[in-house]
Order: sequence, then structure tokens, then C-alpha cells
Amino acid sequence: MRRLRLLDHLILLAGCFVMLAPVVLAFTTSTYDAVTIHTQGLKFGWGGHFTDTYAEVLTKKGGFTGEITGARMVLNSMILGIGFAVGKIALSMLAAYAIVYFRLRLGTLFFWMIFTTLLLPLEVRILPSYAVMTQLGLTNTYTGLIVPLLASATGTFFFRQYFRSVPDELLEAARLDGAGPWKFFVDILVPLSRPMMAAIFIIMFVYGWNQYLWPTLITTDESLFTLVRGIKQILLVWVGSQIPDYNQAFALAILAMLPPVLVVLVFQRWFIKGLTESDK
Amino acid sequence: MKRVQFSSRWLPYLFLAPQMAIIFVFFYWPSVQAVQSSFYLEDPFGFGSTFVGLENYADILSSHEYLGIAKFTLVFTLLVTGLSLGLGLLLAVKADAVLRGSHSYKTLLIWVYAVAPPVAGLIGMMFFDQHIGPLVRAAAFFGWDMKVGLDYTDTAIAMITVSVWKQIPYNFIFFLSGLQSLPASVREAALIDCRSGARRFLDVTLPLLAPTAFFLLIMNMTYALFETFGIIDVIVKDKAANNPITLVYKVYMDGFRGNDLGGSSAQSVILMLIVFVLTIFQFRFIERRVHYG
Repeated sequence: MRRLRLLDHLILLAGCFVMLAPVVLAFTTSTYDAVTIHTQGLKFGWGGHFTDTYAEVLTKKGGFTGEITGARMVLNSMILGIGFAVGKIALSMLAAYAIVYFRLRLGTLFFWMIFTTLLLPLEVRILPSYAVMTQLGLTNTYTGLIVPLLASATGTFFFRQYFRSVPDELLEAARLDGAGPWKFFVDILVPLSRPMMAAIFIIMFVYGWNQYLWPTLITTDESLFTLVRGIKQILLVWVGSQIPDYNQAFALAILAMLPPVLVVLVFQRWFIKGLTESDK
Repeated sequence: MKRVQFSSRWLPYLFLAPQMAIIFVFFYWPSVQAVQSSFYLEDPFGFGSTFVGLENYADILSSHEYLGIAKFTLVFTLLVTGLSLGLGLLLAVKADAVLRGSHSYKTLLIWVYAVAPPVAGLIGMMFFDQHIGPLVRAAAFFGWDMKVGLDYTDTAIAMITVSVWKQIPYNFIFFLSGLQSLPASVREAALIDCRSGARRFLDVTLPLLAPTAFFLLIMNMTYALFETFGIIDVIVKDKAANNPITLVYKVYMDGFRGNDLGGSSAQSVILMLIVFVLTIFQFRFIERRVHYG
């Protein structure tokens, strides 16, 4: 029995090693200078170039036009992640409220129309979506970056499920006290939904921050690049030169994964709860 | 639905309006356009388009290149799904079994979930780099000269490795929650009835986990089909010529690099059908589970 437990731990430790090692190694390598990495390969340890590499990556103007800095990309990623999460919560709470708390003549129709959006990911309709954005003149804008990603109903279903579990008595009591639909929503339902909102915010922030295909299509102007979107350029421009700037490429990769990973680690419990309870 | 509801004629529509507007403009409009332009042959220089009926579909389905990519997509999807489900389950079962430190293991194992696919791809590229990649060096030790980006099979192996690595945490979270929600009484009964751990796992635990596993199967197939786009794009770096790519990547290449609007749209529609079939399976499963619970 004791032997088995040891084996369990060994398997788990091996799993942790496989999951952790690449990123730890990427981080430690980013603290060495480019020449050392080029001659000696990935490094484990402390290279002592942490501050200058990261400072350079954040402030050096790079890219094809030489205009975009890492800091600017961090900012753009933040705008995308937070904008997407907030937009998603606002839209889907209102829609779910309408579906659950009102007698809607076309309720079933709307429900199915919203449900259908879960079937098709953005990837399968990228070309026509892009065409629509061009017609609307929204390419290279934050609106164009964020709003089309909101066109799926994941959030609405989270909130629909959640609102349905809220006891009916609350509404009855609120109505006896003379609360109208808007007052009930703002004063009772929104405060009550805070944990759910937090869980969805976390999941959606990670989702928005990590977007790749859509930002790649919609932003050709480098001042709107997000970190994740810039990754391929990083590879093409920096690793293509004589002595590739592996250290800077790794540093940007670390910066690109830091916020979502921190969010998941800090809010682990909420994150897992939101993820598994919603089945999406 | 609620027993008591508000009765207002226009207010609920006002609440629904923002969501519906966005869905119409950015979901239904492009989807209809995709279907529509799949029946047209677009002039590459923008001089109108000709109705060609199902010709785009016929071209695609008779193209050797497309069928080759479809075959690779199938193999890729099966391998990524199978490996990441298997490894996720193994780790979840072990984490569930150990009492001490299970929380730390959970923390250490889930966080890669938050790494974006192209970032995972970038790190993977470094590990499979011709000059500095430790994995290439390890392969060379066994006399295997890995050339990721040049050799079809080697590139495929790199893609699958990175995709599986990125997906293990997702499967791990769901399997672990599934295991931990199994009733204690069932577990105790199984412990008395079956002395062999393997038998107990196969006869009791696995059937009870089946709904979770089925849900994950669908989610993993969707992941392998669509979300690996970023990994593949970073590894292929626009040089699709001799590299393995998946169907979604082909849609992107034909639409944005090749300007073949009709062909790309027809491919989109084919993918929509695949997703649709997957979803019907999933929906039936959700219904069944509601029945259980």
C-alpha cells in the first residue's frame, strides 16, 4: 500500500515537472544574454540580465514599423481582456434577466437564436466576419477587436442557469415592496450575482487576453497589437536575425502568459467552479 | 422558469437588444454570407462573382491536397484528444488518491490552462529549435535528426506535443472534479467489494466518470479542430507548403493568403457541418445527464 502511494506521488511529480519545466526554463533562459543562449542552448539558473532584458523588451520600439513597444502591447492586451470580460458580463446579464424574469412572447425563439451561437466558433466564419468588419469600417479599432468576440452566448447561459437558482420568494418580496424590474435588477440581482460575475470575469479575461486569430486579422496597425497577436512577429523578426534575440522572445512570451496565469492561480477556486459548473 | 415574472411589454426586449444586435451583426450575417458565397466563384480582382452552385464543394472534396489535410486533421485530432484525455485522467486519478499534497498538485498542474496557444507554440518552437532546442538534442542522442519546420512528421510531432501539453490541465480539472463528486458511499462499497485497484477503477470509477469523459471528448475534439490554430500558425510560420496543417488553417490560408473566397467559404460550411454533428452528440448527452441528475 505504501509503495503504491509512493508511485502515485512519483507520477504526479513527473506530471508537474512536464507542465512546469518548459515555462521555468523559458523564464530562466530569458535572464541570459542572446550570445550565451545561442552558443550554449537553454539555460537553467540565473543569468543576471533580468532587468535589462525586460526593460528593453518593454520600452524598445520594435516590429516592422519600429513603432510598437512591449508596454504598448501589454496595454492593448489589457484593454482587450478587460473590455471583453466587462462587455460579456453586461450583455449576458441583461439578456439572461430578460429571458428568466419576463414573460416573453418570443422567448423560445430568442433562446434558440442565442443558443445557436454556441454551435459555431468564430474560426469557421472568419472570412465573412472579416468582410463584415471591413464593410463597417471597424478594422484597426478597439471596437472591431472586442465586439465581434462578444457574439457568442456562453455568458448568457451561465447567468440564465444562475438566475434560475435564485429563490422566487426574493422577487415576490421585492414586488411587495414596490420594486420595479430595474430596481430589482440593480438592487437585488446584481449584488446577489457577485460571485458568479467574478467567476465569469476571470474566465472571460483569460479568454480575451489569449485571443489570437481574430486580433491577427483585424489589427494590421502595429499600435493595436496585443502580446499574443505579436508572437508570430516576434518569432519572425527577432529570431530571424544573425544572432537571434532568444532572450527577448522568451521575455515577451513570459510577459504574455503572466497576467492570465496569475489570475488563474490567485482565483483558482472561483475559476474551477466557473469552468466546471458551466460545462464550457 | 420562474413562477412569478414581471409583465412588461417592451422592457425585456430592451434588455435583450444589445446581445441580439451583436449576434445578428457578427454571427448571423457572416454565417449567412459564408453559406451564400460558398456557391459563388469570386473574381480574384474584385470584378463581381459568378454563381457556380456546388462546384466549390465538388472541387474541395475531389482535391488530393484537401483530402490529405482532412486526413492529417483526423489523425491530429485523435492523437491530441486521446493523449490529453489519457494523461489528464491519469493525473486526476493520482491526485484524487493522494491525501497529502493534493492541493499543491492541483495548483501546479492547472495553471498551464491559462497559457495562450500561440505562446505555448512559441515556447514549443524554442524547445524544438534546431540550434538551442533541448528536445532536438535529446532526440539526437538517440540518433534521430529532428527537423521541425522542414520534415513533415517531425513538425507534426512538435504540434501534437505542444497541443497535448496545453490541453492536459483542462482535462485534469474536469476529471478531478468528477472524481471528487463521486458519492463517498459508492467509493466505500467499491473498496469493500473489489480489492484490486485496477478492477475497482474499471468497474466502478470509470463508468461513473463516463458522462464527464464524454463531455470532455467533444470539448477536446473542438479544441484540436479550432483552438490549436495558434499553435499551428506559430510553428508553420506561413510556410504551409511541406508542413502539416489542419482544416481550419486551410480555411485561413485559402481565404486570406490565396484570396479564394468561394473555396474558403465552402470549407467553412463543411467545418460548420462537422461542428454541428459534434454538437448534436453533445446536446443529446446533456439531455441524458439532466435525466440522471
